[in-house]
Amino acid sequence: MALTQSGPVNRFGIHPQKFALWAAMGSIVMMFASLTSAYVVRRGAGNWLEYKLPLLFFISTLVLLISSLTLHWSYSSYKKGLELRYKSFLVVTLLLGLAFAVLQYQGWLQLYSYGIELKGNPSGSFFYAISGIHLAHILGGLAALTVAGIHAFGLPFAVSEKRRHRFELVCHYWHFVDVLWVYLLTFMIIQQ
Amino acid sequence: MAEVLENKVNLPDVDQLIREQGYDDHFHEHHHGDKYQSGFISKYIFSMDHKIIARQFLITGMIWAVIGGLMSLIFRLQLGFPEENFAWLRPLIGRWVTVNDAGVGTITPEFYYAMVTMHGTIIVFFVLTAGLSGTFSNLLIPLQVGARDMASPFLNMLSYWFFFLSSIVMLLSLFLSTGPFSGGWTAYPPLSALPQASDGSGAGMTMWLVSLTLFVVSVLLGGINYITTVLNLRTKGMSMWKLPLPIWAFFTTAVLGLLSFPVLVSGFLLLFFDRSLGTSFYLSEIFVGGQALDFAGGSPILYQHLFWFLGHPEVYIIILPAMGIVSEVLSVNSRRPIFGYRFMVYSILAIGFLSFIVWAHHMFMSGVNPFISNFFVIFTLIIAVPSAVKVFNWLTTLYGGNIRLTTAALYGIGFVSMFISGGLTGIFLGNSAIDVQQHDTYFVVAHFHIVMGVAAMFGMFAGVYHWYPKMYGRFMNETLGKIHFWGTMIGAYAIFWPMHYIGMAGVPRRYYRFDTFEAFKHFGALNKFMTIAAIIVFACQILFIINFFYSIWKGRKVTSRNPYNANTLEWTTETIVPGHGNWEGNIPTVQRWAYDYNKDEREFIPQYVPVGPDEKDESH
Repeated sequence: MALTQSGPVNRFGIHPQKFALWAAMGSIVMMFASLTSAYVVRRGAGNWLEYKLPLLFFISTLVLLISSLTLHWSYSSYKKGLELRYKSFLVVTLLLGLAFAVLQYQGWLQLYSYGIELKGNPSGSFFYAISGIHLAHILGGLAALTVAGIHAFGLPFAVSEKRRHRFELVCHYWHFVDVLWVYLLTFMIIQQ
Repeated sequence: MAEVLENKVNLPDVDQLIREQGYDDHFHEHHHGDKYQSGFISKYIFSMDHKIIARQFLITGMIWAVIGGLMSLIFRLQLGFPEENFAWLRPLIGRWVTVNDAGVGTITPEFYYAMVTMHGTIIVFFVLTAGLSGTFSNLLIPLQVGARDMASPFLNMLSYWFFFLSSIVMLLSLFLSTGPFSGGWTAYPPLSALPQASDGSGAGMTMWLVSLTLFVVSVLLGGINYITTVLNLRTKGMSMWKLPLPIWAFFTTAVLGLLSFPVLVSGFLLLFFDRSLGTSFYLSEIFVGGQALDFAGGSPILYQHLFWFLGHPEVYIIILPAMGIVSEVLSVNSRRPIFGYRFMVYSILAIGFLSFIVWAHHMFMSGVNPFISNFFVIFTLIIAVPSAVKVFNWLTTLYGGNIRLTTAALYGIGFVSMFISGGLTGIFLGNSAIDVQQHDTYFVVAHFHIVMGVAAMFGMFAGVYHWYPKMYGRFMNETLGKIHFWGTMIGAYAIFWPMHYIGMAGVPRRYYRFDTFEAFKHFGALNKFMTIAAIIVFACQILFIINFFYSIWKGRKVTSRNPYNANTLEWTTETIVPGHGNWEGNIPTVQRWAYDYNKDEREFIPQYVPVGPDEKDESH
């Protein structure tokens, strides 16, 4: 897949692909900024059901944060040429990412059992919608991690600039969706 | 133009200069065998070459312009001749014309609303966003900044094909038995949120949503690419302050798209949840057909905020590329440097910034707090400042110039005329007190058609006539072009000028017919006049299409590599229609800004010519 015409690092200091990824992140930020603004506006209009978030969402946040840490370890191990650490931390990250998705789902079920449904008062609908759209972005990150895993296990191990760069893009995105969730959760707590 | 062609005084040899000064990126050594253009499919269909993608965007946009234009003719016929027998339209639109026992055919109201809605959606998104910025950003960004191609040719190809998919979905929705969506191009709830609200609100609305979501994907993929290319792949010496103005305009357009379209997606997602999952984001207690529905606590105003947060930047996404193109065309054709280059750039950026904080001026009558309205009034009126800066700079660029009245230049001047006429009425509408009377009348319709519809079309025509040689290696026919211009220019004013008056009289937009209202009856003749003008303008566009396709094969051939004696890099390629990679040898390096026309007694000095020792560098 010929993603770029230029060399690995061009004269302007940042790789075009990395720049494009940052631009895409900006676009995703706008999407969640608009959703959370809509939340604020709707909440300000009154008729708003208050509820406490289940503990599960805090556990899932912890899992996601740890997954970022393990991914970082995997990346730095790759740069140092430590094959086993690189591969195992990548697998751990993928598993933690999956665990996050499952925990989010369990959290929704628990919230549902409190009587907060998708339908009905918009305070519930907003939470399901925002966390659901975030989960869609996590699934994109899991797909990227899977591709990174296929590279790690399918290709013979070698430290090359091209592979480091690709892996770095995956890491950037994963850290981004992690920080994004921390923002969303903090937002929800402040609002409640 | 022939005498200008031979004018090569004091100009160093292009190839020699590029060889000596140019930047060798070993491009062709890495791209042997040319995998991009090896077969018919990879060259013309799933092409990753920005120039082919530009032509794909242009031709798809033209097809949509014809469809959207025909739709406007259908509803103009209804408005101009509400009593007429339209049975003859049956072969075209089938049972949407009901024929009574006396054999008199009537366009159904549902179809009328569907046509109004589709006309808006198609022209705003498919023609003036994809067809304008898609075409010219693709064609000009790599060529004018001196890049081999876009940062990511693959994403660029995807951008076109997502647009194509979106087109197909929208096209198919026209053939639904319940008709396409008919609740207005802004798709306000509840008409858009309740599938049972009207004929078009069911399957038609679903397909509208799917189509526009695909369209947003296309805009985002394209936009990421344009921004990355402008910031990262400029040739050596091409500092931001040396960029030609179209590039600044395309760049700002892409930034606006990247920041505002995701907000529309958020709005669409919530709308989708309301439609399919029964949430109440936009719906509160509502009765449809006497039945109470199970919604509570939502607000349709929320959708309006999310929609117009895109919607207002969107009108600048439409007009900014046209402004950039016109700046370049006017400077080249008046043989004068663009007046106030830096202020042109600052005003593009200012317009881009302000476009994000004026959205609620579309909602003065929607029940937003009047104190908040004041804020939006002030920022809306402030946009007049950068807009006026641009207008004065265009006029001063033309003033005292050695103007070549080519069709492209005529369209450039026509653009300025339209932008002034339409911009001035914007000052009325931006004022929340006057908007109480003007809101949702034909005054608004006239305003935005002139300032963003016709003006942006003129910018697009200027670009097509001007850069046609770069796309097809031939010129378009100038005589046909001038007939096209004068017909469109006079005709467009004939359609939209009278509209202001009926708008001031309070005639509301989107109504099916006016002859049954005592207050609006006497505008019948004016409505007839506008309809006839619309038909004439449409006929002029057929002239353009004939000219366009005829010239691809039979137009006058371009004999020189720089037919307009222009300064920008796209005219330095070895062949007039460049192959993959744009330059066969080195990429030219840039030594000066793009607007050294008639400087130091030299007619023009291209960007790759080094600045002489006792010469002033205009880009500092």
